[in-house]
Amino acid sequence: MAEQTRQNSFLNRRSFLKSLLTGGLSLTGIAAARRVLGGDPASSKASMPPPEGARHEGEEHENPFGAVGEVDHARNGFDPQEMLYDWDYGEVSSLPDGQTLREYEFVALDKEIEIAPGIFFPAWTYNGRVPGPSIRCVEGDRIRIHFRNAGSHPHTIHFHGVHPASMDGVPGIGAGDIQPGESTVYEFDALPFGCHLYHCHSTPLKRHIHKGLYGAFVVDPDPELYTGKGREIARTRNHQYPENQAYNEMMMVMNGFDTNFDDDNEVYAANTVAFAYMDRPIPIRGDQIQRVYLINTTEFDSVNSFHLHANFFDYYDHGTTLEPTLTTVDTISQIQGQRGILEFSFQDFEPGRYMFHAHQSEFAELGWMAFFDLQGEGEGS
Amino acid sequence: MAENTTIKKSGLSLGLKIALPVLALILTLALFVFTDPTAVFQRGLPPVEDLTITRVEVVEGGFRVQVYNDGPDPVEIAQVLVDEAYWQFTVNPDAVVPPLGSREVFIPYPWVRYEAHVVTLLTPAGMTFSAEVPLAAPLPGFGWNQFWAYGLIGVFVGVVPVILGMLWFPALRQLDRRWLEAVLALTLGLLVFLLLDTFLEALELAREIPEFFQGVPLAVLTGMLTWLLLEAVGSGSGKNASGERSGLYLAGLIALGIGIHNMGEGLVIGAAFAAGESALGTFLVVGFMLHNITEGVGIAAPLLPADGEEGGARGVPGVLTFLWLALLAGAPASIGAWIGGFAFSPVLATLFFGVGLGAIWQVILAVGGLLVRRAEQRESPVFSWPNLAGFTLGVLVMYLTGFLT
Repeated sequence: MAEQTRQNSFLNRRSFLKSLLTGGLSLTGIAAARRVLGGDPASSKASMPPPEGARHEGEEHENPFGAVGEVDHARNGFDPQEMLYDWDYGEVSSLPDGQTLREYEFVALDKEIEIAPGIFFPAWTYNGRVPGPSIRCVEGDRIRIHFRNAGSHPHTIHFHGVHPASMDGVPGIGAGDIQPGESTVYEFDALPFGCHLYHCHSTPLKRHIHKGLYGAFVVDPDPELYTGKGREIARTRNHQYPENQAYNEMMMVMNGFDTNFDDDNEVYAANTVAFAYMDRPIPIRGDQIQRVYLINTTEFDSVNSFHLHANFFDYYDHGTTLEPTLTTVDTISQIQGQRGILEFSFQDFEPGRYMFHAHQSEFAELGWMAFFDLQGEGEGS
Repeated sequence: MAENTTIKKSGLSLGLKIALPVLALILTLALFVFTDPTAVFQRGLPPVEDLTITRVEVVEGGFRVQVYNDGPDPVEIAQVLVDEAYWQFTVNPDAVVPPLGSREVFIPYPWVRYEAHVVTLLTPAGMTFSAEVPLAAPLPGFGWNQFWAYGLIGVFVGVVPVILGMLWFPALRQLDRRWLEAVLALTLGLLVFLLLDTFLEALELAREIPEFFQGVPLAVLTGMLTWLLLEAVGSGSGKNASGERSGLYLAGLIALGIGIHNMGEGLVIGAAFAAGESALGTFLVVGFMLHNITEGVGIAAPLLPADGEEGGARGVPGVLTFLWLALLAGAPASIGAWIGGFAFSPVLATLFFGVGLGAIWQVILAVGGLLVRRAEQRESPVFSWPNLAGFTLGVLVMYLTGFLT
């Protein structure tokens, strides 16, 4: 938040006087009589719990940090917990030549969503959710997206991947901007394998993206195309193979929301809702390998990042390789539109909460802060 | 017919006649609200969210924030940020601030002593309203020690320098006659400076208070009414046989005007100490002491015997009179320091400065009038070189010592 209220220097009485208006002033004797600390527990919404009894009992006793209240996920129509795993494989069929066809229905919709407790953002969405559906397919699959614009502005879908110019989803090329009420079909082969994304490419670009028009486009490698160790790895990456079941695969889109139009985000998150995985940590098991498909769609800030506590991970930049591009790191950064795959294991770790967050402290404290909850023996699922 | 109606109506009681337009107004308002032609313009517009943070108190274990709703719609405080981090908070009695209403928000926060913090309130639409804590320090509690300290500071800022300035009075009496008017002109210069100074401070405050208080009109109109009130109060008194205001009366007026101004200065100093800025407070005290010495000279100036007056016993009031004048001009600084230290309110401060504005304006007119009359008596020009020099000196001294405040 770039907003600077007023400068800190008050070396003369004029500026000091000004600072007094908002600065620390007194009334101590009287104020003591009407302490708010105890609050009136019976009062409405923000008869928020008094700081002593903050959300996480005990743990947050001396650290009343974080947002107050809860987001109504049902009203939003999507839940960050489910979003981690709700891969969309599309309507699957076979083309005459044997190629797998995956068809998707995408509708652009204007929708107000709750991005932090009590804070509502007038979003532009694909299928009423931010991020949009997480497309999951296999390299070489035929992808066919039926796109209808039911929003109030022209939109497109631009996929990161290999495709013809006419399928690029940018204004003025192919179908170009899809006007409100109109439709088009995007069709291409899913290539190359990796962790990709799609987003609206209408202009003004910044606004169309930060309003919420983006999502994951994950292309699994086809093991048949590789040999030796590469094939083994590809089998773990491909959702159609049993080896994939040993992995707990999560989709996380790092995003931000500028609620006051100052070209700076007031809310940061993984999967839209501030502190969603802090209020409800993501349960994980030690006997699974964790794999995070991480995508950065944050606007206004050039870089976002992911930092894992108490552990290290291997990183596959863009997910387009079968061997990690970085090994044994605990922090990676992604520029706008960059993405990658993280792999790590909590095997034999002490059960409990393990934090992960943007290592820009500002982003972390504005919502992009979360926990894995490593289940003990017999706990959880 | 018309006559008949008139006659008939004259039979109505006075109460009904007064009530009739009011009833008609209520009906009209009801009609307007019912049909609401402005709905055409408001269609689809989001509610107006307009909050003003008027005060952030640094207290043990957190911040206490006073917030006003300036807009026509209720505004909910959805979240609170401190230094760009979401933080827990409680609002008394609830988080919805009614139109033209206020709420007190408590944020438990481990503020860092002597460092700055920014408190931001977020509305459901994500609009942000921020205020800075320029320097975090716990407020001094209310106690007799504090009370005495604030009072003493007021004495040092107000009474003492005014008395010191008055000590020049014997020297001034030795001056050549034509320089006496120059001393009055010096007083005028000083007052003009104070007028500007007060006006600017009033504007500054007025801009910052919630809009519905209409700060600038509040300050200016308060000033005007104060001036008119002082004129009305003084219209029948204080004039000698020839209809001229006595020197003592004028000195009293000047002392009163300066006193109200000094109350504003006390307010600032008191608030500075209350905000934990004791270094700045000390600096301010020294600055104001030097600044206010000139005021002593200004108050004493009309007591200098004019041409034709006896320079003897009649023209020189006793020491006690000087003391009273010094108290009138200086003691309000203590009152200001108490208010600033214990109960600073920007709205109240705006009012004070408005009163000061009117008082000083009235004194300028009075001193200006005296200067003109004395010049006429001596048949010398008002805009003489000595007078110009005196005026310039008055403005200059105030301006230069103003650097220290």
